[in-house]
Amino acid sequence: MAERQLADTMGKISAWRGILERIAMPIISVVLAIFLGALIMLVAGFEPLPAFLALLKGSFGSPRAIGETMLRATPLLFTGLAVAYGFKAGLFNIGAEGQLFMGGLVAAYLGVVMGGVSLWINIPVILLAGMAAGAAWAFIPALLKARVGAHEVITTMMFTFIARYFVSYLVSGPLRAEGAVAQTVRIAESAVLPKLHDLLGTAPIGRAHAGFIVGLVLAVVMWLVLRYTTLGYENRAVGFNPVAAETGGISVSATMIKALCISGALAALAGVTEVLGLHYRLFDQFSAGFGFTGIAVALLAKNHPIGVIPAAILFGALSAGAGTMQLEAEVPQKVIFIIQALIIFFVAAEAIARWIVRFTRKEAIEDAG
Amino acid sequence: MDGALLELRGITKRFPGVLANDDVDLTLHEGEIVALLGENGAGKTTLMNVAYGLLTPEAGTILFEGKPVQIKSPRQAISLGIGMVHQHFMLVEPLTVAENIVLGQEPSRASIIDFDAARTFVKDLSDKYGLRVDPDARILDLPVGMQQRVEILKALYRGARILILDEPTAVLTPQEVRELFAVIRSLVEEGLTVAFITHKLEEVMNIADRVVVMRDGAVVGEVRPADTDQAGLARMMVGREVVFSVVKEPATRGDTVLSVQDLSVTDARGIESVRGVSFEVRGGEIVAVAGVSGNGQTELVESITGLRMPSGGRIELKGRDITRASARESIEAGVSHVPEDRLRRGLVLEFDLTENIVLGDHRKPPFATRGIMHPAEMTRVAAERVEAYDVRAPSTRVLASALSGGNQQKLILARELGRNPELLIAAQPTRGLDVGAIEFVHKEIIKERDAGKAVLLVSLELEEVQSLADRILVMFEGQIVKEFAAGEASDEDLGFYMTGGGGRKLAAGTAQEASHG
Repeated sequence: MAERQLADTMGKISAWRGILERIAMPIISVVLAIFLGALIMLVAGFEPLPAFLALLKGSFGSPRAIGETMLRATPLLFTGLAVAYGFKAGLFNIGAEGQLFMGGLVAAYLGVVMGGVSLWINIPVILLAGMAAGAAWAFIPALLKARVGAHEVITTMMFTFIARYFVSYLVSGPLRAEGAVAQTVRIAESAVLPKLHDLLGTAPIGRAHAGFIVGLVLAVVMWLVLRYTTLGYENRAVGFNPVAAETGGISVSATMIKALCISGALAALAGVTEVLGLHYRLFDQFSAGFGFTGIAVALLAKNHPIGVIPAAILFGALSAGAGTMQLEAEVPQKVIFIIQALIIFFVAAEAIARWIVRFTRKEAIEDAG
Repeated sequence: MDGALLELRGITKRFPGVLANDDVDLTLHEGEIVALLGENGAGKTTLMNVAYGLLTPEAGTILFEGKPVQIKSPRQAISLGIGMVHQHFMLVEPLTVAENIVLGQEPSRASIIDFDAARTFVKDLSDKYGLRVDPDARILDLPVGMQQRVEILKALYRGARILILDEPTAVLTPQEVRELFAVIRSLVEEGLTVAFITHKLEEVMNIADRVVVMRDGAVVGEVRPADTDQAGLARMMVGREVVFSVVKEPATRGDTVLSVQDLSVTDARGIESVRGVSFEVRGGEIVAVAGVSGNGQTELVESITGLRMPSGGRIELKGRDITRASARESIEAGVSHVPEDRLRRGLVLEFDLTENIVLGDHRKPPFATRGIMHPAEMTRVAAERVEAYDVRAPSTRVLASALSGGNQQKLILARELGRNPELLIAAQPTRGLDVGAIEFVHKEIIKERDAGKAVLLVSLELEEVQSLADRILVMFEGQIVKEFAAGEASDEDLGFYMTGGGGRKLAAGTAQEASHG
């Protein structure tokens, strides 16, 4: 009995150690990126400390700043989860941006034509329809992958171009609202996602909307799906070793199709919530490349759905604070892109980061000895 | 001790969840051949990696010529005169033999590599030790045995006095093994010390001056081959008596379980690799398919297990047509499969033991209901099976990749036999395993038979076929060219038909007659 308890405790300890080991590298990557970003600022003649303080102020310094961070993190939550789910099946859905556009299109369309129904019907219907559109947009590349082996990196990317130019055509042609700007008509009030402070009854925190909560919930749902459902189990099995999965009676092609469609549905939600929560309409530039930033978010999260939350918030904070940094510390916003790029670089080049860590640890041991 | 060249004292090395080396001592003297014998996972390679500076031990000291040294990297090991040839060669394939050997220490004049000097060096070295290799041949054109020579020459070029060989014979043909042993003897005559890792008993008896036996991370004994025999070594290695000959009762044949009629299968390249094969396997018998690798055995197995669609014929399991069944339907119909490629097909290495145990049954109770999995139940069953099939692991949460080869195969058996199948298809079930694990696998297969199950064994090892099978089917060029009852055929008979001695059968009808007759 005591032995079993001991084994249990040991198991728990090693589980915690596993988690620590998994989150250590992403955190180190971020720290290294910030450090190197500071160095670059110095070289370019800026003072890093005030810049980072301004960045912090602009992203977490006030309720409004926090709200702005949440707002910017919202689409990244969805695209990050989308890319991560694909990765878990060994698929690189580089076309989240295209699925996002299809989601935005459906939201902008239904948000207008469904006007007048109750909010409780309107919003769920649009969310589901948007997901269906994203899934459908991913289905064709998925089918091509499963049937003829066409690589999803190529096909989903090409489908992104199709989606973007299709939306571009619609908003400047058939769906264009009256006026000087190429955009659609404003969606009905019943389709508007409530502001976060209205929903929670707190003091105003700016533009953050309910989409953030939806994203958090979905991250947890995806974690549960991966861990506790046969769908998630098969998804992971195919991602790790398709040959063994096939031998174990799992249909690899069906699993891949499901994975890419679910990924597409998640990515589409980014577009849906941007339209229903922030812009209330569709226009050409409504996404700042969230589909692509989602790849970085998934990488930083190491494809773990719960990890996507802090990763998305980090990227959201960088983007929210960039303005304040430029305004108050007079450091160009572009520096933020450099830091983002460095984070991606360090996560991708984990081997390098590991090497640096081991190197310093070895030195420390030698010094101590 | 006099003449001690390298001494490892009290080496302890721990990996997460495993004590790979537990206070291990090893001494190598000048000019001797030491065999490091042990089962897979006994800690032999870990110990040698410590000596070569690839791993840093948690405790222990290393003495070289009596002086304490710290070996922190292979570079340091090389500078001391320790060379190692790994199981997987580390050669640059497009480069020539000479280029590979001097790589990293190129002879140069005015910082231009002197290729003539390199070639001469290599030639001199290979003459000196009888290691004939063409210095200008490109690595990718060389057979494995030659590549190994290049690795050995590389170590010698760097001034190795101690040569560590990690399972050097695993990839070699019998002829190449004989040549390698000759090379080792001539190296030792020149004063070198050779330490080689192996789990093959006859090699040890053949060549070693001294045998150090390891088990579970510790040295359990040291003997001279002259003072022992294979059974003695096996006992030390496994820790108990090992039965070399398989003991089994006569078969009690039941009803037909698997019936294959006129089966044809086309392989990935579009070539018909199974051509009109017919046979049946009854409950309570082991039918072995003997043959040289690549004569259609893989495709035959894949078609029965639903991994490959047959191009013609019929497969029935207990009278039910499973010709066009998917892998899932095949499993659900009661076919269990121990695949020949266990690392690629058999296991998801990144999954833990529990997740691997449920694979294939993961949709059904008790593991899942309506798509929701039950981790507690999964863990409980996995723990039971890990225990029952003697998979040695610290817990069921360990990744399958952390297990040794023998334990990985036991894990596959735990899954495939644990689901209580009608038919067991075991392809190459003991390839690469050590004696203890082989014995275990054989026992389990016989246990299935004695429980009245049908077993189809595919093996390239005649010894295995002879000792396990109740009936033997010889496969050649996609056809069953001969059938023997147990004990009816000598190895020579089998070899004769396996290599096409019985002539090939061109018409499908003849093959059918043969298997029925």
